[in-house]
Amino acid sequence: METLVQAPAWLKERRDQASRRFAEVGFPTTRQEDWRFTNIAPIADAKFPLANGTFAQAAALVAGVKIPGALTLAIVNGQFAAGLSDLSAMPKGVRIAGLRDGARDGAAGLEQHLGKVFNIDAHPFAALNASHLDDGVAIFIAGGAVIETPIHIVTVTGGDDQAVTAHPRVLVVAGANSQARIAQTFIGAAGSVYFNNAVAEVVVGEGAIVDYYTDQRESDRAFHIANIQAHVEAKGVFASHAFATGAKIQRHDIGIGLKGEGADCTMNGVYLADGERLMDTHTSLDHAMPHCTSHEIYKGILAGKAKAVFNGRIIVRIDAQKTDAKQTNRALLLSDDATINSNPQLEIFADDVKCTHGAAVGQLDEEAMFYLQARGLTRVEARDMLLHAFAGEVLEGLKIPALREQIETNFFTALARDIPVTA
Amino acid sequence: MLQVKNLKVRVEDREILKGIDLTVNKGEVHAIMGPNGSGKSTFARALSGHPGYEITDGQVLYNGQDLLEMDPDERARAGVFMAFQYPVEIPGVNNAYFLKAALNAKRKHDGLDELDAMDFMKLVKEKLKLLHVDDSLLQRSVNEGFSGGEKKRNEIFHMAVLEPTLSLLDETDSGLDIDALKVVSEGVNAMRSPERAFIVVTHYQRLLNYIVPDYVHVLSEGRIVRSGGRELALELEEKGYAGQTAAGARR
Repeated sequence: METLVQAPAWLKERRDQASRRFAEVGFPTTRQEDWRFTNIAPIADAKFPLANGTFAQAAALVAGVKIPGALTLAIVNGQFAAGLSDLSAMPKGVRIAGLRDGARDGAAGLEQHLGKVFNIDAHPFAALNASHLDDGVAIFIAGGAVIETPIHIVTVTGGDDQAVTAHPRVLVVAGANSQARIAQTFIGAAGSVYFNNAVAEVVVGEGAIVDYYTDQRESDRAFHIANIQAHVEAKGVFASHAFATGAKIQRHDIGIGLKGEGADCTMNGVYLADGERLMDTHTSLDHAMPHCTSHEIYKGILAGKAKAVFNGRIIVRIDAQKTDAKQTNRALLLSDDATINSNPQLEIFADDVKCTHGAAVGQLDEEAMFYLQARGLTRVEARDMLLHAFAGEVLEGLKIPALREQIETNFFTALARDIPVTA
Repeated sequence: MLQVKNLKVRVEDREILKGIDLTVNKGEVHAIMGPNGSGKSTFARALSGHPGYEITDGQVLYNGQDLLEMDPDERARAGVFMAFQYPVEIPGVNNAYFLKAALNAKRKHDGLDELDAMDFMKLVKEKLKLLHVDDSLLQRSVNEGFSGGEKKRNEIFHMAVLEPTLSLLDETDSGLDIDALKVVSEGVNAMRSPERAFIVVTHYQRLLNYIVPDYVHVLSEGRIVRSGGRELALELEEKGYAGQTAAGARR
C-alpha cells in the first residue's frame, strides 16, 4: 500500500499517539461496561488485512446510491476516490480536501481540527482508526455560506478476493452561521465479509445549522464500527439522523458536545435487524453549557434472533443550567427470540434543568393489524404500514427528499427480506 | 347474500355463540339486538374474521363463498365491511393515505384501475360532505385523538368510500349524541340499495328510529331467541330484555 511519506509532523504525532493508545488498550472485551453486550471477538480474531486500494464492484456500489444533484464524495476502502466522486455540483462556499492531498498541501484547518473533536481514549476503535489516519475527506463550509446542494459521502468497503479492513475518515467543519446537509452512506457488496471502522468528526460553528444523515446498509455479513462525534458551538444547531439495516455486527457510537450557550441538537435513529445480527447503538450527549436543548428518539425493529443494545447517555455539567433534554428509545420485537438491552444513563450535575427519558419495548399492535386488515390490506401491507409509521417520526427529519426515498425503499427491501409475517 | 348456519364461537375458552342461524338477502337491513353479554358483538366480529374469535362449529356462506375460510383482508376486499365498536387508534398512519390504500386494494380485487391521488380526493370530498365530516380528519392519524363521535363518523366515512356489499355495524350508536346519530344514520341510509345489505348490532332501539330495519333478531345467551319485523324493536323498547331468554324462545 502506498503510504504517506511526507506526512507533516503533527499528523505523524497524532497517528503515533493513537497507535500507542490502541497498543495499550487493545480490542475491547465484554468485561468492559461499554461493551458488555457486544462481543467483538469475531473482528479481533479475524485479523482482516488492511485493504489495498479499490475493488471491482466499488464503482457500481457508488453509482447505486448516488443522489441526483448532490455533491458526491466517494471513499473506497478508506481512501478518497476522485474518479468515483462527482464534484460537478460544487457550490460556492464549500472546500473539499482529500486528507492525503490536504495533508500534503498543509491545507488550512486540518491540523487545527483533525482528531480534535473526539477523544481517542474513550473508544479503542477510534484510536485504531486514528492510528491509520492518512486519507478520507474533509469538508469545510465557509462562514455564512448556505449550501443547498446536498453533500453525499459514499463509503464503500470490500476486496476482490479477500475480506479486508478499512478505516474511513471524515471531517466536517461548518463555519459560523453556515448551513449544510451532509449524508454518509455505508455500503459493501451484498453478502461480502469485511470490517469497516469509520470515524467522522463534525464541528458546528457558532449559529451554524448542520444536518448529518447516516445510512448504514453494509453487507449483512460485514462488521461495522462507526464513531461520529460533533461539537456544537453557541447557538449552533446540529441534527443527526442515523438509519441502519445492515452488518452482522454494528456498533454505532455517536457523541455530541454542546459547547456553547443556546446550542440545539437532535439525535435520532432507526435500526432494523433480523437473523442473528447485532445492532449496538451508544449515544452520548454532553450538555456543557447553559440554555442548550437536545431531542433524541431512537427506534428499533428486531426480528429473528437479532440482538440490539441501546445505551443513551446524557451528561448535564454543573454549568449547564436551563438544559432541556429529552430522550426516547422504543423497540418493536417481532419475534420471541429477539432481544434488546436498553439503558438510559443520565448524569446530571446542574440543578435547574429539565431532563426526561423514556424507554418502551413492545410488539406489533395486533388490534391495529386487524383494523387495517379488516379494511382490505394484506397482512404484509398492514405490517409495513405500521412499521413505516413507527419509523415515520424519524424518517420525516430527512431533508434530502431523494435520500429519504432511497432510505425508505431500502427499509422496505430489508423488511421484505428479513421480517417474516406470522399470523 | 349471507347464510349463517349453526355458528358456534368461542372466545378464550368460553363458548359465546351457541348456534346462530341467519339468512340475509340483498337489499335487507337486519338488526341484531340483545342485552350486554348476549353475544351480539361477538357475532359481528366473528363474521369480520377477528383472530380472537374461534369458530368451533357451523358454516357461513357469503355470495356462495365459504366466508370462514377467508382471511379478514380477503373478506374486506370481497365487500364485507365492519364498522368497529371501538375503532383502533393508529399513530403515524395518515387517515387519507390508509383509506386510499384500502380502496385501491378493493378496486384491484374488483379488476378496476387504482385511483390516483386526485381522483381519490374528489371522491373523498363528496363523501365528507354527505356525512358532515370535517376534512381535518383526513390529514390526522387514523382515529388518533378523535372524540368518540369522530371515531364513529370516521367508520361510516370509510364505509361510504369503500362501498361494501355487506356492512356490519357493531354498536355504531354507542357514545353518540342525537345529532351525530342522525348524521351517521343518514350516511347509512344513503347507501341502502337493492344490492347491499346491512347487519346493525345495537343494544338500543333508538338507532332503529333512524335506520329502519327489515328484520329484528333478539340474541340471548348466544342464541337468536326471537325474530320479527320492526315492531319487535319497539316492543323491546317498551318491555326491556327481561323475559327474552333462550327458555322463553322454546316456549
